[in-house]
Amino acid sequence: MQAIVTDGLTREFNGLTAVDHVNLQIKKGELFGLLGPNGAGKTTFIHMLCTILPPTEGTAKVAGFDIHQNSDSVRAAIGIVFQDPSLDNRLTGRENLDFHGRVYGMSKIQREKRIGEVLKLVGLEERANTLVQTYSSGMRRRLEIARGFMHHPKIMFLDEPTLGLDPQTRRTIWDYIQMLNKQEKITILLTTHYMDEADYLCDRVGIIDCGKIIALDKPEKLKDELEGDIVSLEVLQPKKYVEVFQRSKYVKEVKVVGDYLHLTVTGAEKTIPKLMEIIARHKGKVRSVGLRSPTLEDVFIRYTGRGIREEEGEAKEQMRLWMRARKG
Amino acid sequence: MSAQAIYVLWLRDMKWFMRAKARIISMIVMPFLWLAIIGMGLGAVTILPGGESFIDFLAPGIVAMAVLFSATMSGISVLWDKQFGFMKEILVAPVSRVSIMLGKAFGGTTTSIIQGLLLLLVAGLIGAKMPGFAGFLLVLLFMIILALGFVSLGLAIASRIEDPIAFPLVVNFLIMPLFFTSGAIFPISTAPEWLRLIAYINPVTYGVDGLRGAIGVSGYPEFPLWLDFAVLAIFSLAMILLGAYLFKKMKA
Repeated sequence: MQAIVTDGLTREFNGLTAVDHVNLQIKKGELFGLLGPNGAGKTTFIHMLCTILPPTEGTAKVAGFDIHQNSDSVRAAIGIVFQDPSLDNRLTGRENLDFHGRVYGMSKIQREKRIGEVLKLVGLEERANTLVQTYSSGMRRRLEIARGFMHHPKIMFLDEPTLGLDPQTRRTIWDYIQMLNKQEKITILLTTHYMDEADYLCDRVGIIDCGKIIALDKPEKLKDELEGDIVSLEVLQPKKYVEVFQRSKYVKEVKVVGDYLHLTVTGAEKTIPKLMEIIARHKGKVRSVGLRSPTLEDVFIRYTGRGIREEEGEAKEQMRLWMRARKG
Repeated sequence: MSAQAIYVLWLRDMKWFMRAKARIISMIVMPFLWLAIIGMGLGAVTILPGGESFIDFLAPGIVAMAVLFSATMSGISVLWDKQFGFMKEILVAPVSRVSIMLGKAFGGTTTSIIQGLLLLLVAGLIGAKMPGFAGFLLVLLFMIILALGFVSLGLAIASRIEDPIAFPLVVNFLIMPLFFTSGAIFPISTAPEWLRLIAYINPVTYGVDGLRGAIGVSGYPEFPLWLDFAVLAIFSLAMILLGAYLFKKMKA
C-alpha cells in the first residue's frame, strides 16, 4: 500500500518552476529520503504535500487523502518538522507540546500521558518546564521532532532534520528517526542535502535537482550502478585531462569538481599508477590522490555533472578571490 | 470549527500577556497621560455645553482609546508568529482557519478589555464618574464589541503584512484619525458640520457614546444605546468576516 502518491505535482514561483511534474510513490512504512542541493525544490515539495502551499498543477494523495479535496484529513494524518524553527520561544517545552496536543484534538489524559512519553524519548524531561528561549538548537530540534510525532501521525515529514547541528546531535537525531520508523511504524519522508544522512537512514533515496527527480532507488543500488571505485586526483587545471581520460581504457567515467578529477575505475590498486603516468606524460603534477567506494555524492555528480554543494564551493572561491583583491 | 483550537489559541495569548507585565504597564501609560495631563490641564479651562465635568466626559473616551489601540495592535502577534515560524505549526494543524482567526480574536479582545478596565479603574481614582453595577455590565458589553471589531481589523491587516515594523505604522495611520474624529476628546454636537459628518460614519464614535451612556455621564448617550450597539455589532461582524476571509488566504 502507498502512503504518498504524487501525480504530476508542480509548483511555479513567478515563472520559475520549483517542483516540476514529480511523480513519486512512497510505500507505507518506508523511510524515504529526498536528496538534493539547496534550492532543488525539496521544501516546496513537502509544503505542497502537507497542504500549506497549493500546487500550480498536479495533485497528490497523502495517507489516502487528496491534498486538494481532503486537506483537513491530510493534515490530521501527518506530522511535520519544518526546516526552519517553528516553536513558540515564549512558551515552555511542555506548553509547546500541550498546544500541539490540543489543536490535534487530544484529550487531557491522552495529552499528559503522551507528553511524558515523547519528552522521555527525546531526553528533554528535565528541561520541559523551562522556556524554549533557553534551549540549544539541538534541544529545539529534538522538541520539534517530539512534537511532530506526539499525535501518532501515519506519515511524518522531516525537512532537513539535522541542518546546522553538531555531529553528535546528528547521530542522536538519526537514532530517533530510525526509532520512529521501526518502533512507531511511521512512514517517513525526509529531505536532506547530506549524502551520508540519506545513505545511512533511508530505505530508498530520490535524488532531486531543479525540481525533478533524476534518480530513485535503494542507496546501495544507486552506488552499485557506478560499478567500481572512485579515484580522485587533485591537479592543476583538471579540465585539461578530461578528454585524455575519456579516451583511456582504464577509466569508465570522468567528472570534474573543483580542483579534482573524479575517475570511475575498476581494480583501482593497479590502475592508479597508470593514471599517474598519464598525467605525468602531459607534464602535469598530481597533488593528492584519493581512493574510495562511490558515495551518493558521486551518484549525484554522475547525473548532474556537478557536486551537491558545488554552488557553496563557488561562493567560497569568490570570497577568497575578493579577499585577495582587497589585500592587493 | 473547533472549540478546543479556539480555546488553546486564546490560552496562548493569555500566557504571553501574564508573562509580559512590562507590556501591560507600558500600554496603559499613554492613555493614562492623556487622562491625567489633558484631563486635568484642559479640564481647568474647559466648559462643556452640557455643563458636565470634563474629566467625566473625557474618561470614557480615553478608555475607548486604550481598547481601540491595544485591540488593533494585538494583530502583531500574527507577525511574530510568521517571523518565528510558529505560524507554520498553526496552519499545518487540522483545524480550520476560521477557528484560528477566532481564537486570536478572542485572545486580543480579552487582553484589550483587561487594559480598558485597568484604565477605567485609574480614571475612577483620578475622580471620573464610575458606573453602577448594571452600568458596568453595559460598559463591558461595549468594550467587548468594540474590541472584537478592532482586533479583527488588526488581524486582517496583519494577515496581509510581512514586516513587523510596518504593522504599527499602518495601524497608527488608520487608528489615529478614527480616535480623533470619534468625539472622544471633544463633544461632536458642537463640532463643525464636516467634522460631525465624519464622526457619524466613524464606528468609534458609537463606542465612545455607548461607554458614556453606560457610565451615565450627564447628557449622554447622544444616540440611543441600541443604535450605538447595533452600529458596533454590524461593524464588528463585518471585521470578523473580513479577518476570517483574509486568514483563509494567508500563507505561512
